[in-house]
This record gives sequence, structure tokens and C-alpha cells, in this order.
Amino acid sequence: MTGRTDRPTVPTNTHGATTMKITLDADKCCAAGQCVLVAPEVFDQRDEDGVVVLLDAEPPAAQHAAVREAAAICPAAVIEVQE
Amino acid sequence: MTIRPIAVVGASAAGITAAEALRRAGWDGPLTLIGDEPHLPYDRPPLSKQLLHGAWEPAKLLLRTEEQLAPLGLDLRLGTRATGLDVATRTLTLDGGERLACAGVIIATGVAARTLPAADGLVGVFTLRTLDDALALRDRLSEGARRLVVVGNGVLGCEAAAVARELGHEVTLVGREPVPMAAAVGAGIGELLAEEHRARGVRLVTGEVAEFETVADGSAARVGGVRLADGSRHPADLVLLAIGSEPAVGWLADPALDTTDGLGCDAYCAAAPGIYAAGDVARWEHPGHGRPLRFEHRMNATEQAMAAARNLVAELTAEGAVATAEGAEPQERRPFAPVPYFWSDQYGLKLQAYGLTSGADEVETTVLDGEARRAVALYGRDGLAVGVLACALPPRQIRALRAVVATPVPWEEARDRVRAATATATG
Repeated sequence: MTGRTDRPTVPTNTHGATTMKITLDADKCCAAGQCVLVAPEVFDQRDEDGVVVLLDAEPPAAQHAAVREAAAICPAAVIEVQE
Repeated sequence: MTIRPIAVVGASAAGITAAEALRRAGWDGPLTLIGDEPHLPYDRPPLSKQLLHGAWEPAKLLLRTEEQLAPLGLDLRLGTRATGLDVATRTLTLDGGERLACAGVIIATGVAARTLPAADGLVGVFTLRTLDDALALRDRLSEGARRLVVVGNGVLGCEAAAVARELGHEVTLVGREPVPMAAAVGAGIGELLAEEHRARGVRLVTGEVAEFETVADGSAARVGGVRLADGSRHPADLVLLAIGSEPAVGWLADPALDTTDGLGCDAYCAAAPGIYAAGDVARWEHPGHGRPLRFEHRMNATEQAMAAARNLVAELTAEGAVATAEGAEPQERRPFAPVPYFWSDQYGLKLQAYGLTSGADEVETTVLDGEARRAVALYGRDGLAVGVLACALPPRQIRALRAVVATPVPWEEARDRVRAATATATG
């Protein structure tokens, strides 16, 4: 059985979240473009330098899993997700 | 009953990502994160870029704030080194002598900068792997104009040389190979970079270090220059050794582990039952390329840590050590088959590569605009295109190039697709 330690719930729980708010520290962006590959409806890149552009700061639930993936995978830790 | 922890050894990008991914995958038990540096997890790519330059301060490199770490419920052991692992019992030994019997272990100890015995104890000789390394070199570069000799013309040496030049220092870049980054990206792109470094005023020198010349500095010996095997002498106030790295596997002596080049793993990133690895230290069987690969790339640290964490939890679930959440499907272990990615920033140039660019037996470099250093290169092996690199190309084209090598494709087909992807370069 699973041992449950006394700790707060992880905010990136995949169940029950209904709202999501995304903030970016775009100054740190290294233009890898991984977020656009994972969640193209939420992220884009500027044409001139590839820096991330946020298309939807509060995406619908259907996008949440992809956004979490994008935040986790970003090689410059630019994307912060609040749920 | 006492629940054994999962321990993640290594608290850099791969380590912190693994810890988060373990929680997301459903590990609710104790979770220990062990890092030998005293700092909270921080990001390394900016060390040879924005941090060395002085544009960013160390706080900006933190991968997570204390507030972001708190919900993970970590037993965080910073300034702590793992000194041994008994594979059969999954028991770690820590440098204080503590033994930690674990449910599972993820090894993400990374690599250590290679050095030269002749440089031991010499004042003014630096490596560049940790935050403390970078701050020490930055301090010396901030004291005024210096003569810097960078030994090693790979990615790290090239990036550091570019930053030092931008700061106005006199820079000599010494490489065993005449063309910078040739092993990583081939001679064509390497020559383009060489032109940029020369245009910026970096002296490019080919040769191998024979000895360091020293000057007396109180009781210490301070470096005064570098003499190469051909007898040429290069005066230096500072020397940066950027001659590659060694996987941090010295502490893994258990014969059940293969540590010939990093820690050997299967396609699932497993080194042994319950023992996984991720990041720079991990050599694994990439199912798409059919050979063992090990990458010292930032992107791989994150992706592999996520894969290793998911697979470890899946294994523990199958063992019955983790209960599956009510209503959730038990996860199966999945082979780790990423499209590798790396980037490098030098001056205003950004290089971005997907797939495999080293170890190619065929490279085709197309310079689209020599002055702007815009170029694309395709890398092949055994008749298949396996990698692509873009220098100073717009993001849309780069994403299209990634699609070309997402899985190995016949060389001719890939060439056509690269041409199509870069045909609208001015658009």
C-alpha cells in the first residue's frame, strides 16, 4: 500500500483542477520552442528571436495536461503554472 | 509500517525534475533529494552565458523557489554526497556515514569538469561547471582587462570565449581540433563559428597544452601563460580549462552496475531493478537509434528525469510498493525515445540542433547567408538522416527541421525536406 506522509497536496494534481493561470519569465527564455511543440494553442514564439509568447494565460481544461508538460519540460524554467 | 523513501541523487536540473515527476506520477511516500553542492537547484546553461557576463545574478538561476519546493515535501540534503550504493538492497551510503535503505533510487549526479594535473594548485586556472566556478571566474574578469586563454574549443569553451570577448578581454581559444566544436557539429558549422570568433577578435590556436608557465605570487604559483606542444607560448592572466567532463560515477562501485561511460541503462533508463538514471550521467539504449547514447544537454536532463521517474513509479507499482490511485489506470513502463535537442548561444548567434549531430558519417552544411551566419546542416549515419542543426534561423523553420529528423529517415528524403523547410528563409 502507499505510504502517505504528512505533506501538503501537490498543486499539479491531475484531478479536480478547474482553473489554471500561467505566468512567464520570458527574460529567461532560451527559445528552444519545446512549449510550442507540446501546447501550440497556448504558446507561440516571436519570429525575430524565438522568445516565448503566451497566447492564453488561462487556458481551458482540455489544455491543462499539455501546459503542465510544457512547464515541466521547458529547459529554462520559464513557465509557472498555478492551479 | 515504515515506508522506505525514493532517493534522487543529484540536485541539479535532472534531480529536481525527477523529484517533481515522482510526485506527479503518484509517489506519496518519503522523497529524499541529495545534492553535493550547497545551493538550491539551479540552472547550468546560463553559467557560461548570462551569469559569466554579469547580466544575471545567481538568484535568477534558481530552478525553483523555496515556495515552489515546499509542496513537494522533500527531505532535501544539500551539501551532501552519496558515497556508495548497494544495488541488491537499494541502500545508499552518504558522506556522513548514514545508510539510507530506499524503495527506489534515481541517479542524476551529472558530470564533473575534466582538469589537467599540471594545473593543480595554480592560481588563475579555472574550470566552469558549478555556480561557484562561474562566480570565481566572473570576479577575476570584472577586475579589468585580462588576457584569457581558453583551453578547449568545444561548446563550453566557445561560449565562454564569446562572453569574455564581449566584456573586452583579450581572448585566445586553444583547441586540439583546428575547427571549433567540430566534434559536436561538424567542420562546416564549426568553420562558420570560427569566422564569427575571428571577426570578434578572438585568436584561434590549434594545439595541445604542454605546460603552464608560472609567476611567483607570494607563496603561491600563479599562471602566467600556456606553452603548447609545438613550442608556441601564449601569455595569460587567466586560463579556463574547458576540456570536457567525466561522468560522476566514481562513487558507484557495485559490480551490478556498468559505469564504463556514465551509468549504463536499458531503454527504460533502468540501471538495475529499482535503480534508474537521468541526465548527463545516464547512458541508455535509445530505441530509435539502436545504440547507447549519453547526452550532456540541458533538454535531456529534464526529459530523461521525467521518463526515469515515471518508469520507476510504474515498476514500484507493479512490485506492489505503490498503490494505484482509485480509478486510475496503472502506468506501464515506457522506453525513453526523445528527439535530442541542444542549443548554444555565442555573441548574437543561436545554434539549435535536433537529433544526433556527433558521430555522423555524412554532414551536409548549407550556408544560407554567410554574413549573417545563417546556415543549416544535416547529419547522417548509415544512409539515414539522424540530426539537423540551424544557425540563426527563425523559429518556424527550426520547428519544421525538427520534424525532419524526429525519427531517422532516408538521407535523400531528408535533404529535400530540409531544402523545403529553409526555402522561405526571407519570409
